[in-house]
Amino acid sequence: MNTTPALVLRRLIGLATTLLLAAFVVFAVLSVLPGDPAAVMLGVGARPDTLAALRAEMGLDRPVAVRFVSWTGGLFVGDFGVSHTYGVPVLDLVLERAAVSLPLALLAAGGAVFVGVPLGALAASQRGGVLDTVLMALAQVGIAVPSFWLAIMLSLVFAVGLDWLPAGGFPGWEAGVWPGLRALFLPALALALPQGAVLARVARSAVLEALHQDYVLTARMKGLSKGAALWRHALPNALIPVATVLGLQLAFLLTGAIVVENVFYLPGVGRLLFQAIAQRDLITVQGIVVLVVTAVVCINFVVDLTYLWLDPRLRTRGA
Amino acid sequence: MTGRMVGAACVALLLAAGAARAEDTLSVGMVLEPPVLDPTASAAAAVDEIVYANVFEGLVRIGPDGGVRPGLARSWTVDGTGTVYTFDLEENVLFQDGTGFDADDVLFTFKRAMAPDSTNAQKTIFDPIEKVEALDPDTVRITLKESRSDFLFNMGQGDAVIVAEESAKDNRTHPVGTGPFKVVEWRKGDSVRLQRRDDYWGEPVALREVTFHFIADPTAASSAMLAGDVDAYPNFPAPESLDLLKTDPRLKVVVGTTEGETILAINNRRPPLNDVRVRRAISYAIDRQAVIQGAYFGYGTPIGSHFAPHDPAYVDLTGLYPHDFAKARDLLKEAGVENLKLTMKLPPPSYARRGGEIVAAELKEAGIEVEVVAVEWAQWLEQVFQNHDFDLTIVSHTEPRDINIYARDDYYFGYDSQAFKDLMAKADAATDVKTRDDFLKQAQRKIAEDAVNAFLFQLPKLGVWNARVEGLWTNSPIQANDLTAVHWAE
Repeated sequence: MNTTPALVLRRLIGLATTLLLAAFVVFAVLSVLPGDPAAVMLGVGARPDTLAALRAEMGLDRPVAVRFVSWTGGLFVGDFGVSHTYGVPVLDLVLERAAVSLPLALLAAGGAVFVGVPLGALAASQRGGVLDTVLMALAQVGIAVPSFWLAIMLSLVFAVGLDWLPAGGFPGWEAGVWPGLRALFLPALALALPQGAVLARVARSAVLEALHQDYVLTARMKGLSKGAALWRHALPNALIPVATVLGLQLAFLLTGAIVVENVFYLPGVGRLLFQAIAQRDLITVQGIVVLVVTAVVCINFVVDLTYLWLDPRLRTRGA
Repeated sequence: MTGRMVGAACVALLLAAGAARAEDTLSVGMVLEPPVLDPTASAAAAVDEIVYANVFEGLVRIGPDGGVRPGLARSWTVDGTGTVYTFDLEENVLFQDGTGFDADDVLFTFKRAMAPDSTNAQKTIFDPIEKVEALDPDTVRITLKESRSDFLFNMGQGDAVIVAEESAKDNRTHPVGTGPFKVVEWRKGDSVRLQRRDDYWGEPVALREVTFHFIADPTAASSAMLAGDVDAYPNFPAPESLDLLKTDPRLKVVVGTTEGETILAINNRRPPLNDVRVRRAISYAIDRQAVIQGAYFGYGTPIGSHFAPHDPAYVDLTGLYPHDFAKARDLLKEAGVENLKLTMKLPPPSYARRGGEIVAAELKEAGIEVEVVAVEWAQWLEQVFQNHDFDLTIVSHTEPRDINIYARDDYYFGYDSQAFKDLMAKADAATDVKTRDDFLKQAQRKIAEDAVNAFLFQLPKLGVWNARVEGLWTNSPIQANDLTAVHWAE
């Protein structure tokens, strides 16, 4: 029996529960966080009555319970509220930033896969050889180098030194696809190299593991060369752990790119989150967290579906 | 091999440099993004740094020397009592949305700022006003409750710019003022773009387009300057990189002053800090030059009181407590204070964090243990500023001529002196500059003698810009980037 629809349904229920829980936790944590958004806005010269007027305007004078109910109620109809600091809908703010963060995360993840997986498989095929040793040493360096340092170096070499690419900023997709890609090239590279190094190591050990499986031996006995058996049989089976790690990396790249966003002053989700926390724009922080949780849960869901596609045995197991 | 060719083509396209920039545009770097673009609704300096004089104008404006100049009021008269100001307004002025400007807009602006539900961050500057009347469409009369020598200057601040009733509500996101530039695009988190308007009432400006980029990271700021992505950084965030930038012939490094008095604020309420001898001991313990070196890489002028050295009414009091550990220890002993342990809460700016470490080390030398606690701005505002839960903190007070904060009741550092309040009242009421300055000098001396806080240094204005850009301000009498006189040299 095919259990895919049941799995999808289970996942959807899980998603809804996770979101509600996340909404509650983030709201609870933020409401006890010290700091007053009105005070941040009006600074040290403001009078108490002015602060009170602004708090009322922001809706912060209402009891916590009322705010929570009205906020979660809004979430169900896609209303994430209005940012305290910017005065515009939170959803618009986040979507604007996602237009930078999402392509950046995908480019970086794509680059990491493109570099990491073939190199990992290559290292596995030469296990113990010189190439394996060199590649894994490079991967070790790649994992150890912090993204922000790499970002600064890339910017110094390619933007300041050679003047080939912009030092940072984002012109917006309306300026065209190429200017947008040019702006994302160095940041994506800075993110992709360390992630690619991680993937290379994961791919190597997964391929090594698969190489010892019976089906690879069978393939070899049927007369396939060692290389052909690796690329056609071992690698596809090694992709499940790779997909798992990639899913985690994508989740990180969506918001964790903040350090690289700072170096290249990109208007991404990570910087918005950081700024919103500093300014106590709590409703924006809540909105971002809920959206990111949604994205992460969705990514995990897609990763699970990928397992089913990669390994047909999982489709009927547990029926 | 086609794959490789496509790859090469991609790289070539990626590397193709942007078109050469026209000589009537300017790209300006800023550290912080403003939360809104309405200067009457936020205390953030970043708001004024974009819109002051460029997008919004007040009755009067502050010039690069800090002097008051005509703005939307082409001239004004003050009566003998110093309480009645009559402003003669410019005619043929249009807001950026095409609506006309007249006395009604002035009335609306003041009514809005002074209303009970006003969210003006500097509502106090409107406190002296008794009433505002329109005598005719081009004449406004403002009557004060009592004479105030700082009134005109305050009317030149960003918090007092003139807004229109039709557009005021949306000014936070879509500002509409009377200035020579209009905001055409705000890419949140990235940039704000201004464009010159053709129907400006005043002197035409040279720049056609200005883009403000928000780059907070000091390394990124240096890279952006060196790569030529940004033409000017009027408030450069990386003093450590200035020596490098100075060697680049394409760039100009301009060090000026600001109105920011950087102080080690002391909680005067808490024993034993309520003892003037203990506070004096702290002042003696501090080597200002070392703090300046550590906090700002040697840029910045030492101060001995809460007053800007470039101000005509300034008195140099830096010699009052010369750096002397022995003297500091003696004073502590005299006050009967032993094993003093204090908490110093430091807000995010690097001058505070870096300077705080040095101050803590110096105080330790004098026998005071200091626990350094780093806090965010939101925490600083709540714990230090509102709840007075601190012993020491380092902060820069950036409002112009703000020595009057020492006369405020229950202000965060908790100074309470009737003698000082009397001095400030006399300075405020003075109708001639000489008398006013005399009282201001006495006021500076009073708080220095009481060692209310330890006065560290005047925050410098570190500007870096393309050597061919002219007309940017060297000093910051107010926090603004007035671009009306900026142009590219031939």
